[in-house]
Amino acid sequence: MTLLEIQDLHVGVDSREIIRGLDLMVNAGEVHAIMGPNGSGKSTLSHVIAGKPGYEVTGGQILFRGEDLLEMEPNERAAKGVFLAFQYPVEIPGVTTMNFLRTALNAQRKARGRGELSTPEFLKKVREVAGSLNITRDMLKRGVNVGFSGGEKKRNEVLQMALFEPSLCILDEIDSGLDIDALRIVASGINGLRSPERTMIVITHYQRLLHYIVPDYVHVMSKGRVVKSGGKELALELEACGYAQFETAA
Amino acid sequence: MVAVQETVEHVRRIDVDQYRYGFETLIESDKAPKGLSEDTVRFISAKKNEPAWMLEWRLEAYRRWLTMTEPTWARVDYRKIDYQDIYYYAAPKPKKTLSSIDEIDPEILKTYEKLGIPLREVAILEGVEPPPGGEQAPNRKIAVDAVFDSVSVATTFQKELKAAGVIFMPISEAIREHPELVQKYLGTVVPTSDNYFATLNSAVFSDGSFVYVPPGVRCPMELSTYFRINERNTGQFERTLIIADKGSYVSYLEGCTAPQRDENQLHAAVVELVTLDDAEIKYSTVQNWYPGNSEGKGGIYNFVTKRGDCRGKNSKISWTQVETGSAITWKYPSCILRGDNSSGEFYSIAISNGFQQVDSGTKMIHLGKNTSSRIISKGIAAGKSQNTYRGLVSAHRKATGARNYTACDSLLIGDKCGAHTVPYVEAKNSSATFEHEATTSKISEDVLFYCLQRGLSEQQAIGLVVNGFAKDVLQKLPMEFAAEAQKLISISLEGSVG
Repeated sequence: MTLLEIQDLHVGVDSREIIRGLDLMVNAGEVHAIMGPNGSGKSTLSHVIAGKPGYEVTGGQILFRGEDLLEMEPNERAAKGVFLAFQYPVEIPGVTTMNFLRTALNAQRKARGRGELSTPEFLKKVREVAGSLNITRDMLKRGVNVGFSGGEKKRNEVLQMALFEPSLCILDEIDSGLDIDALRIVASGINGLRSPERTMIVITHYQRLLHYIVPDYVHVMSKGRVVKSGGKELALELEACGYAQFETAA
Repeated sequence: MVAVQETVEHVRRIDVDQYRYGFETLIESDKAPKGLSEDTVRFISAKKNEPAWMLEWRLEAYRRWLTMTEPTWARVDYRKIDYQDIYYYAAPKPKKTLSSIDEIDPEILKTYEKLGIPLREVAILEGVEPPPGGEQAPNRKIAVDAVFDSVSVATTFQKELKAAGVIFMPISEAIREHPELVQKYLGTVVPTSDNYFATLNSAVFSDGSFVYVPPGVRCPMELSTYFRINERNTGQFERTLIIADKGSYVSYLEGCTAPQRDENQLHAAVVELVTLDDAEIKYSTVQNWYPGNSEGKGGIYNFVTKRGDCRGKNSKISWTQVETGSAITWKYPSCILRGDNSSGEFYSIAISNGFQQVDSGTKMIHLGKNTSSRIISKGIAAGKSQNTYRGLVSAHRKATGARNYTACDSLLIGDKCGAHTVPYVEAKNSSATFEHEATTSKISEDVLFYCLQRGLSEQQAIGLVVNGFAKDVLQKLPMEFAAEAQKLISISLEGSVG
């Protein structure tokens, strides 16, 4: 079943076109990797799917389970099951991670027509997931991402991904700023969330991440378009030959 | 905690109009003739059956006021007030003399019920939702004095307080029943000549609360006054006097609302606090006067003088305020640290939205030895509002070892508002240690988007971020106020973006 369908998408920022006629089809339960050089439009694509302000969609459409995603507010998209793991998660001083998680989870549950979780249910759930990601109770009591290391911030993103149970996860350079140990923890957390009901779009610059999160499909982006799609072996080809061959193709 | 719970519920229904206390109570009222003259002062004094000394005190203030001019140094801008176009006294017309709460006009009782203020003596057995990490409330009660326009309509828990020796009554009654205490302390912290608005208040104040806590007594419950302006074209001039005698402690809460009206209404209150040796007063305010409509029309002019005098050694005064209402706020709750080792605190959250103008802060005057003070101010400006922190920290020549820590943080929401910080520091003593920190920040697009991506609405996101920003101060509020204040903050900022 098609979960996400992007047709001839055109996106600009300050009247400069960043995405120029992009097509992408993603089915439920699949893991897609999007690779490409800096400036190819990967992060812009993730932001536009999640609904970040500041981008102008000048053409095309994004359908999520057949619904027009571009018509929805970012929080409506979240409630529908769209989750973006940020490349640079923000800090929110004074708001404990625990409080933030609870407020957000209950907002999503409410939007999905489910009741709020009771405090014990919530705590049990958070502690379970936090334990598997090596997130200490102390971290949960601190302000959201305040004073967190790069690895801690990314683990916190995966924690939220596990809690909110999204049907589409977009991982925007989840590997950036991680050392190899942190990368292993994050990747194993993500792999634990793979399921037939969950689709993932893994955006990365490097092949390295794909050793840990093995995709079903790989797409190469260049100059705002998908220029080549293939199986996981395409990533290896890229590692060997680089992006240069596609720069000319685009 | 039924009543507070109800208030919280009220406040939760945020799909209604932004200012939900804007209703009017239709009752007959007894008013002084419009305008201000010696006759007005005499009228008010006579209404209150005051002794001659009180009338003299008022008249002296009135004559003094005639020689004064309105201050213009605050960073606020408003049309000149016509002091002859105001009613200085309005009282609900009593059907007969009241001897118990059951005899109060049911319309007024209903008003307070709507506001969520418990006038009936409801014992508070269960706390509202405890703050994260907080414990359940122990058995707690709150005694309430309710001031409706110019008069106090009810004071609850009188008997229990009396058993503890605590005097808590309308100041108009205290003038008659405890003249020795009133004469000894009234005007000793804020003299009748203090400033234009305080002097005006001294001449025409009509009611307010009086508290006296005898030596060594820890007041058995929170005391609270609830102010309500109902009448049109009426000023409210309440006067509060709280005395904590040696080694005593009292926590006092104050709340305020007013109906929505097109014209501006003047509120010029005076609050005086006195702590003797080893005594402590904790004074908390949640101020939610009508702020005016979205075009900046109407709203309360809140010109208030609040000052505490740590008269005895080792005494302490702590001000905590959450200011969300009023068209204009001009207010500087201050501490005079006269006693050796005395300490003063000021914790403030001032929120301005729409066309509100806030000029607020504190003064910490260090006179005694080894005195200390702490100022935490959180200003939040949204809409087209202007939010100024103005503070003075001064150490007298003889105030050796004075210490102050000040942190002023401002948060801007949107790009049409302003935040300003005007700190004055005067150290006439080389042993003084004064620290000042200030920050100004904005709720960034990135933070908002992050919250929205996690499923929060824009309103929830702003509420969460602002509550996080103001957390240090919210924690200083008595628990049942903290929950309300948190909701109030979110509501005050409705529609603050875009």
